[in-house]
Amino acid sequence: MAVGLSHYLAVSAILLVLGLVGIFLNRKNVIVILMSVELILLAVNLNLVAFSAHLNDLAGQVFAMFVLTVAAAEASIGLAIIVIYFRNRGSIEVEDISTLRG
Amino acid sequence: MITAAAFYLFAFVLIAAATMVVTSRNPVHSVLFLILAFFNAAALMLIAGAEFLAMILVIVYVGAVAVLFLFVVMMLDIDFARLREGFQRYLPIGGIVGLILLLELALVIGTWTTATEASDLRLAPNPGGGVSNTKALGQILYTDYVYLFQIAGLVLLVAMIGAIVLTHRRRPGTKRQDVAAQIARSGSVNLEQVPTGAGIGELGIRRPTLPEAPKPKQVEHADHRGGHH
Repeated sequence: MAVGLSHYLAVSAILLVLGLVGIFLNRKNVIVILMSVELILLAVNLNLVAFSAHLNDLAGQVFAMFVLTVAAAEASIGLAIIVIYFRNRGSIEVEDISTLRG
Repeated sequence: MITAAAFYLFAFVLIAAATMVVTSRNPVHSVLFLILAFFNAAALMLIAGAEFLAMILVIVYVGAVAVLFLFVVMMLDIDFARLREGFQRYLPIGGIVGLILLLELALVIGTWTTATEASDLRLAPNPGGGVSNTKALGQILYTDYVYLFQIAGLVLLVAMIGAIVLTHRRRPGTKRQDVAAQIARSGSVNLEQVPTGAGIGELGIRRPTLPEAPKPKQVEHADHRGGHH
């Protein structure tokens, strides 16, 4: 049974669902929520690469590289925000973050 | 055949590692499983033929992002037991939402087909032949997508500046250079116009007196003139 596009799509769908469930389960730990976001972006990248290989088109890989760039930037900014939040409040529980009344 | 076996192995380890990232009790273990997941995703990309992207994934994610996560997890003194409290409470709703999403995605993937004219709509067809993946990517990244490439660099620059600005703090008690105060001070330094061609001695420029150089030590030899000590 050769590896086709649908195999990759199934793997990345499971990965995306795992990332989403991770956001639900770890409602208190912002760091694990950020890791779940990374998993979701990884699933997106896997999808882009799979379609790029399937259609024999390199544009998907270029786009995956930009997604990678944005994911790295997002991780650095998110972790910086966590660090200053912990410095100010002494905890990183998401439920405490209600200053903005959002 | 061996490709399929490798694919299933890497896919299984990837999903298992992702599950452990989400459900692990200790965030440090979560980060380590995240690294494992990234390695296996890179292997899957290798199987798909995206060698350059696979290597970039290992370098960027494992080398930079995961280590950044590890630093932050270990640097912050967090009560991990308290963070786990809501885990059981959110399990049902998370499971239901995840199941629904998975079902929808399965429906999408199950009924999805490639359009017949899809190969005509390609933006950057793979040159194939002897051109490697890295070379082919470079050929379009620096020509067709050069503006996007520059903007990606700008995004990284803004992220770097933002992270530095956010986490930088002024500690009280540290001495730092204040250029404006240095320029604005007066009295201790004078600016004088001197005629050209005149020596320092004739002008009588005020100079701070140097501390006297230490004199050579005088050895007392009063009684014995000549001879050995």
